[in-house]
Amino acid sequence: MVKPADRDTPAQHVRVPLRPARLRPVWLVVGLLAVVGSLVVGVSVGPVNLPPTGVARELVSLLPWVDLDSGLSERQQALLLELRLPRVVLGLLVGGLLALAGACYQGVFRNPLADPHLLGVAAGAGLGVTAVITLRRSGGGAATGALPFGTPLAAFVGAIAAVTMTYALASRGGDRAPSTLILSGVAVSAFLAAGQTFLMQRDADAIREVYSWLLGRLGTAGWRDVLLVLPYAIVTAAVVLLHRRDLDVLSVGDAEASALGLDPQRTRYLLTAAASLGTAAAVSVSGLIGFVGIIVPHTVRLLAGVGYRTILPVSALVGGAFLVLADLVARTAAAPAEVPIGVVTAFLGAPFFVLVLRTSTAARS
Amino acid sequence: MTAADPVIETRGLRVELGGNRILDGVDLVVHAGEWVTVIGPNGAGKSTFLGAVTGLVPAAGEAYLLGRDARRMRHRERARLVASVAQSPVVPPGVTVLDYVLLGRTAHIPRFGRESAADLDVVHDVLVRLELHPFTGRVLTTLSGGELQRVFLARALAQQARLLLLDEPTSALDIGHQQEVLDLVDALRRDHELTVLTTMHDLSITGAYADRVVLLAGGRVVADGTPREVITEAALATHYQARVRVIDTGDGPLVVPIRAR
Repeated sequence: MVKPADRDTPAQHVRVPLRPARLRPVWLVVGLLAVVGSLVVGVSVGPVNLPPTGVARELVSLLPWVDLDSGLSERQQALLLELRLPRVVLGLLVGGLLALAGACYQGVFRNPLADPHLLGVAAGAGLGVTAVITLRRSGGGAATGALPFGTPLAAFVGAIAAVTMTYALASRGGDRAPSTLILSGVAVSAFLAAGQTFLMQRDADAIREVYSWLLGRLGTAGWRDVLLVLPYAIVTAAVVLLHRRDLDVLSVGDAEASALGLDPQRTRYLLTAAASLGTAAAVSVSGLIGFVGIIVPHTVRLLAGVGYRTILPVSALVGGAFLVLADLVARTAAAPAEVPIGVVTAFLGAPFFVLVLRTSTAARS
Repeated sequence: MTAADPVIETRGLRVELGGNRILDGVDLVVHAGEWVTVIGPNGAGKSTFLGAVTGLVPAAGEAYLLGRDARRMRHRERARLVASVAQSPVVPPGVTVLDYVLLGRTAHIPRFGRESAADLDVVHDVLVRLELHPFTGRVLTTLSGGELQRVFLARALAQQARLLLLDEPTSALDIGHQQEVLDLVDALRRDHELTVLTTMHDLSITGAYADRVVLLAGGRVVADGTPREVITEAALATHYQARVRVIDTGDGPLVVPIRAR
């Protein structure tokens, strides 16, 4: 039993202030400001610009027990509440989920390159959604329109299958280089994408629908999509955030983590499932939007510190804001046409990925 | 469990890894307050034994910690009884000394909770005791080998466990730092009534610190006794295929290799 230092130890009177790595309020505030800022900008800017102050007043009046006249016209209100707001809220949810999932995978696999897309999880989820779309068409009935509410579950099955395959492939041979896991993810992604193409080719009409979803979009979002993704987002965020300290413990490897009192396998399974569920939900409503899970957690880690108690919540907030702003670029860069949002994130993310790859390789040698 | 229970008791402990029998029926009893060092040639199963004792390496046979089946313990329970320092611990990038040592409190922090003021007090005392308090904010990767070894030890001590397992605690250190770390372990053992089980390659160092030495060869205990009884020219010739002279210095046996001519 460790008791206070001995009486004859000169250090006994030393009192050192200890500041453990906790979530500092300032970073929470920064994250929340990013969310609110991106929300206001995201709903104000578009082919028809809305006055930001009016928008802000209208948003505040949505809060319970607040009655405020925003000064917006009825058309402006409809544009705001029925078109722009659901799109921005969906962007916040999807971006938050992808960033949270990326940070979580990085901790679980102790791999700075882990990301929902690079691990093949998104491709697995994509295959699940494609199966839903094509099966629904071959089953007759309503061939187009909104996806059924069970879609994220089909995506989840694909996502779990993918991450299991990637991890199993990478674990053989015992090579712990970060790039091994990613190469396995590439192989699994290619395999699953082939399966997806096969499904699509069987039904020519499905191709258009799958493609329009696949390229990544928040564009056709309505409140229905928000409702579709919300329950999964809540479950994912709750599970991952509750285990934030466990991810720090896992950073010393499985053997030492279990000696410290953590069950590493159980923790890994649970957190992988949670991150994959979040990815599946995000992919179901928005298609394949890459690199958010790499860009956001690494930026947060760089600025706010290495502890997962900071990285996870701040990444979720900043990830949402990031995706809303990326969507803004997608909407406005080639107006009146829209660039797929996946293209915007890839333009930013690919160089960023190379940077992370180089630093992680340098750190190992 | 009672006070009379041995801290460690194994009966017929057997481990097979990849078809190879690493441990072939190890019987060992370690009592409270002892310092027992396991020696043996490379591949004798020393590190595996440390893992099997705590139930972290799957093993057949029986292993008890304070009278309780080690393999039926939950991770948290076990971590409150046994703290260990691995042979070459993982150094997570970017983590400070304080946050690393705080990981030692994992088994005491409620699930989904965070460290309490009491946890910080324990860590504070450990840091001061190991004279790491000037380093609390330093990132691990900036520390020297000797400092790092003290940080690893600090994390284990923060667990407030009664049994300390050290796998080759000094293999990366020069003779001065070896002495510093082992003297520290010895002082902590006396102050806090710890039981120490360690593996070691350096036989002279082993002889200077251990109360009891266990020689492991071919997965079995082939000798068990005081350093003077176990570290003998005959035993080292048989089990290490080493030609050495063992000189009794009064402080323990000194092992000197004889050069081939």
